[in-house]
Amino acid sequence: MRRYFVRLTALATFAAAACRPYSGTQRPSPASGKDSAVAAAGLGSKSLPNADPFPSTYVRVASAPLVIRNVHIMTAAGPTIRNGAVSVADGKIVAVGATVDVPAGAVLIDGNGKYVTPGIVDVHSHLGVYASPGGSALSDGNEATNPSTPNVWAEHSVWPHDPQFPRTLAGGVTTIQVLPGSANLIGGRSVVLKVVPSRTVQGMKFPGAKYGLKMACGENPKRVYGTRADGPSTRMGNVAGYRTAWINAEAYRRQWDKWNDGHKGDPPTRDLGKETLAEVLRGNILVHNHCYRADEMAQMIDIAREFGYKIRSFHHGVEAYKIADVLAKEGIGASVWADWGSFKIEAMDAVRANLPLVDRIPGSHAMVHSDDPSGSQRLNQEVAKAMKAGIEAGLSITSDQALRWMTINAAWALGLDDRIGSIEKGKNADLVLWSADPFSVYTRVEKVWVDGAMLYDRFDTAEHWRTDFELGFVPTRAR
Amino acid sequence: MTDFLMRRAAALMMSAFAFVLQAHPAAAQTIAITGGKVFPVSGPPIENGTVVITNGKIVGVGANIPVPANARRVDASGKWVTPGLINSSTQLGLVEIGQVADTRDMQARGQDNIAASFTVWEGLNPNSVMLAPARKEGVTSFVVLPTGGLVSGQAAILDLVEGTTTDMIMRSPVAMVAEIGNAAQAGTTSRGELIVKLRELLEDTKFFITHRAQFDRADTREFRASRLDLEAMIPVVQGRLPLLVIVDKQSDIDAALRIARDYNLKLIVGGGAEAWLMAGKLAAARVPVLTGAMNNIPAGFAALGQRQENPGLLSAAGVRVALIGNAGGGDEEAFNVRNIKQEAGNAVAYGMTWENALKAVTLWPAEIFGVSDRVGSLSPGRDANVVVWSGDPFEFTTRAEHVFVRGIQRTEKTRQDLLTERYLTMPGKLR
Repeated sequence: MRRYFVRLTALATFAAAACRPYSGTQRPSPASGKDSAVAAAGLGSKSLPNADPFPSTYVRVASAPLVIRNVHIMTAAGPTIRNGAVSVADGKIVAVGATVDVPAGAVLIDGNGKYVTPGIVDVHSHLGVYASPGGSALSDGNEATNPSTPNVWAEHSVWPHDPQFPRTLAGGVTTIQVLPGSANLIGGRSVVLKVVPSRTVQGMKFPGAKYGLKMACGENPKRVYGTRADGPSTRMGNVAGYRTAWINAEAYRRQWDKWNDGHKGDPPTRDLGKETLAEVLRGNILVHNHCYRADEMAQMIDIAREFGYKIRSFHHGVEAYKIADVLAKEGIGASVWADWGSFKIEAMDAVRANLPLVDRIPGSHAMVHSDDPSGSQRLNQEVAKAMKAGIEAGLSITSDQALRWMTINAAWALGLDDRIGSIEKGKNADLVLWSADPFSVYTRVEKVWVDGAMLYDRFDTAEHWRTDFELGFVPTRAR
Repeated sequence: MTDFLMRRAAALMMSAFAFVLQAHPAAAQTIAITGGKVFPVSGPPIENGTVVITNGKIVGVGANIPVPANARRVDASGKWVTPGLINSSTQLGLVEIGQVADTRDMQARGQDNIAASFTVWEGLNPNSVMLAPARKEGVTSFVVLPTGGLVSGQAAILDLVEGTTTDMIMRSPVAMVAEIGNAAQAGTTSRGELIVKLRELLEDTKFFITHRAQFDRADTREFRASRLDLEAMIPVVQGRLPLLVIVDKQSDIDAALRIARDYNLKLIVGGGAEAWLMAGKLAAARVPVLTGAMNNIPAGFAALGQRQENPGLLSAAGVRVALIGNAGGGDEEAFNVRNIKQEAGNAVAYGMTWENALKAVTLWPAEIFGVSDRVGSLSPGRDANVVVWSGDPFEFTTRAEHVFVRGIQRTEKTRQDLLTERYLTMPGKLR
């Protein structure tokens, strides 16, 4: 029995931040002078000075070609294919349809009338940075020492042996964005991880995924810093803090862009925090902004416009449904819970129809997120609750549409919708086999493939991923 | 007559009139729910069954029950009919907004971490916006628990009937709550010391019973608990009021069983993350467990064995289980009390039989808290807490189409409904 103070503690210490993904192949350094690709300022220009000091070492698990047949395929790209087949080779989806060719040596899975979906994407996770068994020793998600800490990177807090990882995988989640917590106005960089066993966080990093920047609105920064003389202690103090940070970042960006233009004289001194913010200004890092209230989201949109950056997604957008049209027009995603609310004033207006109310606006990007190691394991159930609420509100919502809230829309928020989030030819073979309709409460995940390799099989417990921590500590049977 | 008196007289007349209006339908109305698949829970399901309600009570349940001529008929063809659900661990009406201190009324300071006299329901807000969403999804009764300290206080069971808290209370108290899994919270530094402190309280209570006169003359040794707390503990040591211990770790459950045996207490285990490791012993001691089915994370060193199969393993071993919200980080106890259905569905997915899962949110909690003569099953004489569902109550697509609490159908819109309606049109009135 956990009490609500758990949530209070968690939120006081939780925050999210960034992940940044520049391609692992290009690592210009200011000293080498080889960063000729780094061009002019502005959105889309190249990063600098060191784009990828902690590169991904992820290697997909080798696996034979795979064909899953006689299975209902919810593709997230179109209507469900009844009794179809999907074929996988070299980690990619080769074909999907009513029938597919079976390559020599392929593993054949008879879907037996069950369901396959894309691997689920959770855009708001703190796995690894708030690891179990918890406590201050493993509380590594909020660098709550300054209201603006764009210099910290979530990946430097991730514990790969957090036992929450295998449980999330068993819930069908194959990609997560791990964010710093929300104590700070600017919390730091997020990291996008594949939910796979690894000794190092580098081994989990999604190759080529962009980093994100975690920002937080409203009550959390106010509360955490409200007792300090330099605050912020108010929402207006929050906004002054964001703007000050961006003013400094803008000056830093110009300094570096000027130097990069001709490499004349000594390069400017690096500043880790401003470097991250400058990358946002250049469009190389995606902003993920914790923001509950509709009016406050509008404030953040104005700030982004003032400094010329884009917000990719509002997280915890409890009031996203109130400004769904604005979000769609701005091209900003709404990452929301299905039914959490009222744990604080800014969460007071939570409604279960939030997802469908956002989704019905053309151009919108509605997605579910967890922010919670338990919720992450059953995002399908969260979507089911939201879908039902939308139908009760009189909206017409199909399962195929709702599926997108936990797959392709979430992949879009991470800038990865060209690689994951749907079952289409050429995409990464992240697949989940469900025992029945994924939106039934009784349905369970039976198998999960990441890049074509089966990493979870419900019925083969000997092969279940057990983290180092679990060995010996976590009982598996009664004695 | 002064304005004041005139207003007062008018108000009295109005309230008398309002009482008649309110009381009449409940008192006189006869309702017949016909044609549905009826789950009495206390007996086997009845295809094409009928439930007859009069004066807020169930008067008939069966396949061939005559429908009284004056009855309002509710056609439940193709529907499922069950008792209203009971959520056995909530802070409904006690917490409105978690981070706003003056909307939180579930914890007492107590003396030396002992607050046995705390009657948490006395501070319950019957106008809370949390109530209607729970009722709308088929929850008709709920247990409110105090929290914190070593002895948190007393719990009560209430109905989600409209009215005052007094109207809502079904039985109070139904248990004394103690949290024996957290030494620091109990004002101690180790588990053994915490247990000693609880045993001391039990000893003091027994001593207090037999030395009350001396106590009143200030002629006894001092007790660490206050007089009111000692008084409140009397029914516990006499075995009349269950001690509900909130505890996760196997060794703590074991300690609770020893204490219950030593003092002949009636014990309930709440939380019970590792209870499955003790299933046989709990069954043998006839100790029921309140636990969830949606958490499998070794979230702390006291809950390393937490797993979703817990309710299934316990009920298979013969333990009476009441399903409670367990994984929502807190809001499953107020904002999402309605998610008890989801908890039950997940319990089934992880090995509990469907029949036991239904019992675990109806009859078993009613038995555990001593109100099975009032609620928890559909049988004559019980309060008419009845839900007509569009299908399987645990499925997400299912709607609670008719919810009766003490025979009165509830259909009001929730605050969440009103917000949704307001923003269905976009941009709408608020440009």
